[in-house]
Amino acid sequence: MLGKLTIDALPFYSWVAMSGAAVTVFGGLAVVILVTYLGAWRYLWTEWLTSVDHKKIGIMYIVMALVMLIRGFIDAIMMRAQQAVALNSEGYLPPEHFEQIFTSHGTIMIFFMAMPFVAGLFNIVTPQQIGARDVAFPFMNSISLWLTAAGAGLVLISLVVGKFSEAGWTGYPPFSGIEYSPGVGVDYWLWALLVSGVGSTLTGINFVVTILKKRAPGMKLMRMPMFTWTTLVVSVLIAFAFPALTVVAIQLGLDRYLGMHFFTNGDGGNMMNFANLLWIWGHPEVYILILPAFGIYSEVVATFSGKRLFGYESLVYATGCIGILSFSVWLHHFFTMGSSANVNAFFGIATMVIAVPTGVKVFDWLFTMFRGRIVFHPSMYWTIGFIVTFVIGGISGVLLALPPADYLMHNSTFLVAHFHNVLIPGALFGYFAGMNYWFPKAFGFKLNETWGIRAFWFWLIGFYLAFMPLYVLGFMGMVRRMEHYNVPEWQPYLVVAAIGAVFVLIGIFCIVMQLVVSVRDRAQAVDATGDPWNGRTLEWATSSPPASYNFAVIPQVEDLDAFADMKRRGVVGQKPAKYEDIAMPKNTSAGVILGAMGFLLGFAMIWHIWWLAAVCLVVSVIVLIVRASNDDDEFTMAAAEVEAIENQRQFSTLTIPTDETAAGSNVSGEQPAAGSI
Amino acid sequence: MTGVQLSRILQVFLTALLLAGCGLDKAPILHPKGPIALVERDLLFTAFYLMLIVAIPVFIFAGLFVWRYRASGGKGKYTPDWSYSGKIDALIWLVPALIVAALGYLLWTTTHKLDPYRNIAGTENAIEVQAVAQDWKWLFIYPEYGIATVNELAFPSERPLSLKITSDTVMNSFMIPALGGQIYAMAGMTSRLHLIADEPGEFTGRNTMYSGDGFADQHFQAYAMSNEDFDAWTQKVRQSGKSLDQAAYDVLVKPSVAHDVEYYSGYDPGLFQRILAKYAQRPEHSSNVTDQ
Amino acid sequence: MSVAETPTVEDEAVLQLGGGEEFEDREFGFWLYLMTDAIIFALLFATYVVMSRNIASGPDAKSLFDLTHTAGETLLLLFSSITFGFATLASLSRQKGQVILWLIVTIAFGAGFVAMELVEFYGMIASGAGPDTSGFLSAFFTLVGTHGLHVSLGIVGITVMIVQVAVKGLSNPVLSRLYRLGLFWHFLDIVWIGIFSVVYLPGVL
Repeated sequence: MLGKLTIDALPFYSWVAMSGAAVTVFGGLAVVILVTYLGAWRYLWTEWLTSVDHKKIGIMYIVMALVMLIRGFIDAIMMRAQQAVALNSEGYLPPEHFEQIFTSHGTIMIFFMAMPFVAGLFNIVTPQQIGARDVAFPFMNSISLWLTAAGAGLVLISLVVGKFSEAGWTGYPPFSGIEYSPGVGVDYWLWALLVSGVGSTLTGINFVVTILKKRAPGMKLMRMPMFTWTTLVVSVLIAFAFPALTVVAIQLGLDRYLGMHFFTNGDGGNMMNFANLLWIWGHPEVYILILPAFGIYSEVVATFSGKRLFGYESLVYATGCIGILSFSVWLHHFFTMGSSANVNAFFGIATMVIAVPTGVKVFDWLFTMFRGRIVFHPSMYWTIGFIVTFVIGGISGVLLALPPADYLMHNSTFLVAHFHNVLIPGALFGYFAGMNYWFPKAFGFKLNETWGIRAFWFWLIGFYLAFMPLYVLGFMGMVRRMEHYNVPEWQPYLVVAAIGAVFVLIGIFCIVMQLVVSVRDRAQAVDATGDPWNGRTLEWATSSPPASYNFAVIPQVEDLDAFADMKRRGVVGQKPAKYEDIAMPKNTSAGVILGAMGFLLGFAMIWHIWWLAAVCLVVSVIVLIVRASNDDDEFTMAAAEVEAIENQRQFSTLTIPTDETAAGSNVSGEQPAAGSI
Repeated sequence: MTGVQLSRILQVFLTALLLAGCGLDKAPILHPKGPIALVERDLLFTAFYLMLIVAIPVFIFAGLFVWRYRASGGKGKYTPDWSYSGKIDALIWLVPALIVAALGYLLWTTTHKLDPYRNIAGTENAIEVQAVAQDWKWLFIYPEYGIATVNELAFPSERPLSLKITSDTVMNSFMIPALGGQIYAMAGMTSRLHLIADEPGEFTGRNTMYSGDGFADQHFQAYAMSNEDFDAWTQKVRQSGKSLDQAAYDVLVKPSVAHDVEYYSGYDPGLFQRILAKYAQRPEHSSNVTDQ
Repeated sequence: MSVAETPTVEDEAVLQLGGGEEFEDREFGFWLYLMTDAIIFALLFATYVVMSRNIASGPDAKSLFDLTHTAGETLLLLFSSITFGFATLASLSRQKGQVILWLIVTIAFGAGFVAMELVEFYGMIASGAGPDTSGFLSAFFTLVGTHGLHVSLGIVGITVMIVQVAVKGLSNPVLSRLYRLGLFWHFLDIVWIGIFSVVYLPGVL
């Protein structure tokens, strides 16, 4: 009846595992109690969980990302603590526990922190940036969200029921095969990836269609804002790359469930195929995470320098180059597998070529600041911190692209330092910048800047303390994923790295404080006009938070910086002769149900509860058929209603300085003043 | 906590940091003990210096622009519509492109020169050792001498070391950092690695590819010896009297953590081939399937 | 805006292939979906090519494949594509009965194909050549089985379409779904041609 699931699956065997389970269970209970206490179940269900509004879906994605960021960070600080003390000793974590922690840290940060953060920002911003009322497929958007949530749920529940994978986030076979990892851990990992991977693929398809088909009239491709461009390129990458992850996960699953021999030792298995297929997805994935951040930096740096973005076309072409090249470099993840020198050299050079468009981007941002008027908003702090720190990660990346150097540094902590050096400043800092930048758009009030800047400094210092020692340790011959070690010279560096993790912890605390303080003081930080930063792109033309339809009248775009152009032409806030009816998608519970089925299906398959898996599949198919037969998925908002909403709102009165007006004075008259800096 | 306690902790911490400086002196990657590792390291340094051509301007511009163009009192000119300069655009594409072209040339030549499969030039007298990754230890077979060892690799410093590497378990990666880079060990396949030491010495080698619970302890000592010392060492191994027959091998291959050094005076001929054949993908040829 | 009003059956003037322009977004999205599916098949093909000689101690392709059986499967699938085409043509001339008839014929051919495939799989597994025998057979069963699974899902889809046509008539949304389902069905035909030429032909030759 319950397959492999027995009472032994509960973590009574170790106090550390027990505390993890307790935190998860009590955390979940606390949320349930809070919602019940507030009597908010109905509100939550009708306004949020069943919503197909891209802005609400975006907010839910980011809430998920922040929760998973904390979970993934707990893993990180536990590893740092273990390695700081585990010289010639077992530390406080036995190997199998340490292994689960580094596996879940990587899995969570990539799939359930970064991916939802990216998807959330796409959702909140992109449709508004292109002057659209929603994404192309609002219902599919809801499915994507809930499948991603289902994957995150599987990872979380693995803390309570059974164990997580011990095979590392890349899950290389044969170690992850049934022979060497017979437990349910790898299955948790596989199903979390499979279920959320389908969600991501659908997100990719959705945003390609949204951007190519739903732009406001006049917004030619070369008038799209940079963030929209990166969304488009990333969506194409997702659609091309995620099928590879699906294939490799299914093949490993078939090995594990049906005794097949895709990647087994012997019987005709070929473990090298796994590395190839995984990284055919995995390397584009790096750019799927980084390019959106590049888009955010481009928006932030232009807005807070009070200037047009420097070298827009260069940036567009650089983004395209990176997107295409990202599919031609996967082999650099395993130069040491014994490919011929020609093959290694080809992939090494392809990898270094990516450094060129990336370098171009960095200089474009710098020259956007050149002759600007830089306002030091927290999002600008994150951007400048990124530019400086990312260069170091870029250098170490090119070093690793040299196959002979990679022979020395592969699998070392130098490698660990490198990819954290590109992904933390290159992706996460960007998401934080985006959060500070677009928060008022989503919620109607600004985030507290003092706490935002504190968060930045703790993160930045914490990052350097945590990862610079790892570069050095790589030179000293330390490899990744060591539960303990016997080289006394390593320990001081690991202690420093652990102190760095504590700084990051304080940084995360500051972000939480920033949210708390901002909500408390929201009355003083209201964004009344929808344009708090004198923005340049269309998302600042809507109110904050936007009405469900975003734009009562679809704007006519005549310039790259569409909203800046509208402000110069003085057409902001012009009322149309007559408002029109607007058709909007209806809410639906089908997305939540499919997500729940995805979660249960994964859980059932992990524990070999076949009947439950079959039920989930049948229910999913029925829901899809019912939904696919429904022609009544929209409702009409009457023109009068739209007019009433629009008459309530205020419009931006800020002006965009020109070269002439700026030449007169040294002060940027209409720029919003820097906050409490 | 009193101030005295605090200063004492600070003292310990600073001493630790100083010690760390010493630790760096011994860092095997920075202070290689063999020509292969040396060339690999020098390549690392050359590439690093070349990239500073791009990196240093970024640091300077970032600092300069942030200071000069700050809204609160920056002295720089303000031109909100200035957004393109053909010269700058050309420069920021061309300079990185030229550096990458230079690095690319360097990469192509060194990758071929340092191909781990390539025999070290002009050295026909290489000593062949067959290395087998097991959970969680290394077995070394010396076909030339008919002996085998566990977790200890000795070779004459005057002869290049020619390794044939495979795995009797999950994927491993063989590396002796002071002598040069690594190569994966995979079941059913042979990978090759050629190393050479400058002079006699002791180095730590290990599996760098995470392979399970005993991974942290899966390291071994490698000794480059003078010819006489090496002869004495082979004698010592021969005197162990233990033979690595099939029964002994079946015991050895079982997972064990931090396995002690073991010496075998002999082994069943064809042991390495048999380990490979266990995982043959195709019936016709049992080994070197992917000696790609 | 694609979220315009849903036209009704009476709106005969706009009835056209794929339901008309307002379903363009869905059509484009569906093409993208087909592309992701094509990548899945491409990678399964690549895996098969890499592993086709990894027979370990199991049987090889030559002793397993029967070209006449495969030719039968191919004919069934090709005919089903043609009959789906007839259904599409009938939908344009608004012959509701014809559409349903041709869709039923398509299901019959499709089901025949799946049945033949199951017979082949059953015979192989019974003779000791199951997917757990060797890397080659794992790759074979996964590639061909994934295609078979798609065909089966297509049959479910056609069944749903028959019900929709019968209940809702040939409205534009229904036409749009019928058109996209047709794309899917013809796509599976193309994949099968690939399987025939990459898996079966070289296996026997």
